[in-house]
Amino acid sequence: MPVTSNYTHPIRMGRQLIAGALVVLVGLFSAGSAAIADGEVNVYSARKEALIKPLLDRFTEETGIAVKLVTGSPHQLVERMAAEGRNSPADVLITADAGNLAHAKAAGLLQVSESPVLEEAVPERFRDPDKMWWGLSLRARVVVYAPDRVEASDLTTYEGLADPIWSDRLLVRSSSNVYNQSLIASMISAHGEQETENWARGVVSNMARDPKGGDTDQIRAVAAGEGDIAIVNTYYYGRLAASTKSEDREVVEQTRLFFPNQDDRGTHVNVSGAGIAVHAPNPDNAMKLLEYLASPAAQALFAELNHEIPVRNGVAASEIVGAWGAFKQDELPLSKLGDLNRAAIELADRAGWR
Amino acid sequence: MASAEVVWKAPSVRRARAKSFVWSAGPILAAGLVAFPVLVVLANVFVPATDVWSHLANTVLWRYIGNTVWLVLGVGLGTLIIGSGTAWLCSMCRFPGRSVFEWALLLPLAVPTYAIAFTYAGMFEFAGPVQSALRDWFGWGRRDYWFPEVRSLGGAITVMTLVLYPYVYLLARAAFLNQSVCALEIGRTLGRNPWQSFLGIALPLARPALVGGVSLALMEALSDFGTVQYYGVDTFTTGIYRTWFALGDPSAAAQLAATMLVFVAALILTEQWSRRRARYHHTTNRFRPLPTYDLRGWRAALACAACAGALGLGFLLPAVQLAVWTIETWQQTIDLRFLGLAWNSFRLAAMTAVVAVIVTLLVCYAVRLRTNATGRVAKRVAGLGYAVPGSVIAVGVLLPFAWLDTAIDDFARAVFGVSTGLLLTGGLAALIFAYLVRFLAVSLNAVDSAMAKVTPNMDGAARTLGAGPDAVLWRVHVPIIRAGLLTAGLLVFVDVMKELPATLIMRPFDFNTLAVRAYELASDELLAESASAALAIVVVGIVPVIILSRAITRARPGEAAGSS
Repeated sequence: MPVTSNYTHPIRMGRQLIAGALVVLVGLFSAGSAAIADGEVNVYSARKEALIKPLLDRFTEETGIAVKLVTGSPHQLVERMAAEGRNSPADVLITADAGNLAHAKAAGLLQVSESPVLEEAVPERFRDPDKMWWGLSLRARVVVYAPDRVEASDLTTYEGLADPIWSDRLLVRSSSNVYNQSLIASMISAHGEQETENWARGVVSNMARDPKGGDTDQIRAVAAGEGDIAIVNTYYYGRLAASTKSEDREVVEQTRLFFPNQDDRGTHVNVSGAGIAVHAPNPDNAMKLLEYLASPAAQALFAELNHEIPVRNGVAASEIVGAWGAFKQDELPLSKLGDLNRAAIELADRAGWR
Repeated sequence: MASAEVVWKAPSVRRARAKSFVWSAGPILAAGLVAFPVLVVLANVFVPATDVWSHLANTVLWRYIGNTVWLVLGVGLGTLIIGSGTAWLCSMCRFPGRSVFEWALLLPLAVPTYAIAFTYAGMFEFAGPVQSALRDWFGWGRRDYWFPEVRSLGGAITVMTLVLYPYVYLLARAAFLNQSVCALEIGRTLGRNPWQSFLGIALPLARPALVGGVSLALMEALSDFGTVQYYGVDTFTTGIYRTWFALGDPSAAAQLAATMLVFVAALILTEQWSRRRARYHHTTNRFRPLPTYDLRGWRAALACAACAGALGLGFLLPAVQLAVWTIETWQQTIDLRFLGLAWNSFRLAAMTAVVAVIVTLLVCYAVRLRTNATGRVAKRVAGLGYAVPGSVIAVGVLLPFAWLDTAIDDFARAVFGVSTGLLLTGGLAALIFAYLVRFLAVSLNAVDSAMAKVTPNMDGAARTLGAGPDAVLWRVHVPIIRAGLLTAGLLVFVDVMKELPATLIMRPFDFNTLAVRAYELASDELLAESASAALAIVVVGIVPVIILSRAITRARPGEAAGSS
């Protein structure tokens, strides 16, 4: 007969399973309380773990304050802070661009942080006028080109990228990316919506392919010849140059960097930055962390880790970044980028910049 | 069974009523709980349309719809053909390599969609090694040759089909192995050849399983964010994401999500309607070993090539690429903390799998007990979460849980003067609940199609012999559908291992998983560095997949006892 059974009696098995599951669940619930104790600071970071953890570790070494970290996309971290409300364990919110900090500020999630140390370290246009967030490291949105196919003199300004001479030669990622949104926002601020929309249409019609991938992909595609120029952030280029892989460094050898708009308003820059949460359980430690991140030592680490430009005057950039030389920066206060973010996205949709 | 004592006792009427209430209200409650986060999101639909909605309708909505429809059609057709075809070959035919393909064809299940998307793009894009080599060899320039664009709608359909077909294979194979020989034999006496038996008898009989498998694949495709975003294909999912998080308009995003869910519901209803009163359980419980077709010569080669193609493209190629990248970068990426990540991934997946199987079993059985419409609807609704992008579900879970946390905290402060902080959202409980919301459909499908094969006469017989509903479940159903339960648990396990968006937003402090690590590095354009974590997901995922495969082979009724 096929039905002879040699396994645990099903009723017992089922009950054991349920009992086991209950034990597990109870364990989970009790293990769940977030740390709110002295000597700690809780960080919500939209900067990737690999790029922020070394700085936080150094902070702990120097101050003895333990840092608890959770990373994620900026929008979702902001949603999480909002949902958690008054009980939110978050002390510090770190993002990789000013737009998202402005968004958190608008949602009422940040508090004013009065600090002479920060005011001295962070230049005025890289911080919130209401002192709710502070820029920590700079990146420029530049053009990477293939010198064998591009006359350097043809490259002038962002505006020039809409010129038909770049038809089927331009590479850029999707407008879903905040770096492009901020670039478009800076164009709106310089020229108004209508003119910027025409510009965006020109950019779209010059694209060598539909936007896809990230900035590194655009640089690689220029080196491989899929397009001749690409709009990218500086640190991606710096990272390739510093790569341990020879094919990455070859990509850099086959391409050049160009800082647009040097003769007028300057190259568009953005910051990664941080602010203190409105319900921060450890506001004093949070302030210590911000002041540490703006200190010369931490600024030098920013420069070294990710080839960004320190916001603090007098701190040297990494060797690779230093070699590109000084350049003129767009003076637009970065808080403006957050205000124009939504207009920029809608404009991109209308222009067909997907 | 003769030893089992069946002593009839008159149960107290009140207890029986209480039980009956539990069985009828239980599943609705459970389903309601699981559906709640989806409903929270959809509730935004009733917020009057904003100007964002008209902006979407004027600019991008039709692109979202077009791409989504093509994606669903392509992935649906692709997984159906590959999944059911290979399942039939491996269950009914004999050819060289079958014993390996039998279990190996499931391996792509362990590969996260985003990982195969990254590897294929890395290999086949314009700047990748394949095209660069071609240009070098032939001295071609950019416009001298044609090469399919990987990062496109077609590419997305291809890579998704390659890793999602195992859902169909899995359920189809279980169905083929459990099929009654009688129907096939009758077909043969009526002059059907092997092809005709496959297309005319076995496929229609396996319909619940095929539909289950394809709908799992489709829902997975619909909710995918990583692949379509990386491949630059705008679907509803990327649209929801952009509208909610970038445009900052949850209600317009919810309206997009609702449009998509209506689409899903329409698909499911059409299928149900076309099945109407057809039933698929066996009319007899006589089982004999399946007759197999011996394939020779070119037929065997073709069968072998078909299986090898699916396995090679869906698993070997991406796994080898990941391994190569891992070897290049392991010194920077693999350390002690890496083991911690693997352990976190593993225990989250294991805990969720256990909870999911128990909940599913109870819901399915309760619906079977009370065949009323409410139960069936509740079950459907509970399964909807699978088609919703994980990030949306996460917010749907976060809002009510955080509200509950605040309410408890307020209460504790008022009554006891202490703060309880974030009881639920601070730990893993909310995260596991989010997984349940998202993956209950997976285990529902597996358990459902297993239970559909148990004829109601069994329940009837057991009940006549005096067993209550609980006893019937534990002593009749659980033993019979063991394989189905195992399938359900392992599928959930593998899915949780791969899950990303909900994990990302809901995990506690200093708690990372392999998927989070892989994503962080890959999204930061450090593909090679992300490979070690992705490879680890694949490796950890392979174990349950192999167990699963073996269990199904052994699960054919009557074969375990060696009654041939």
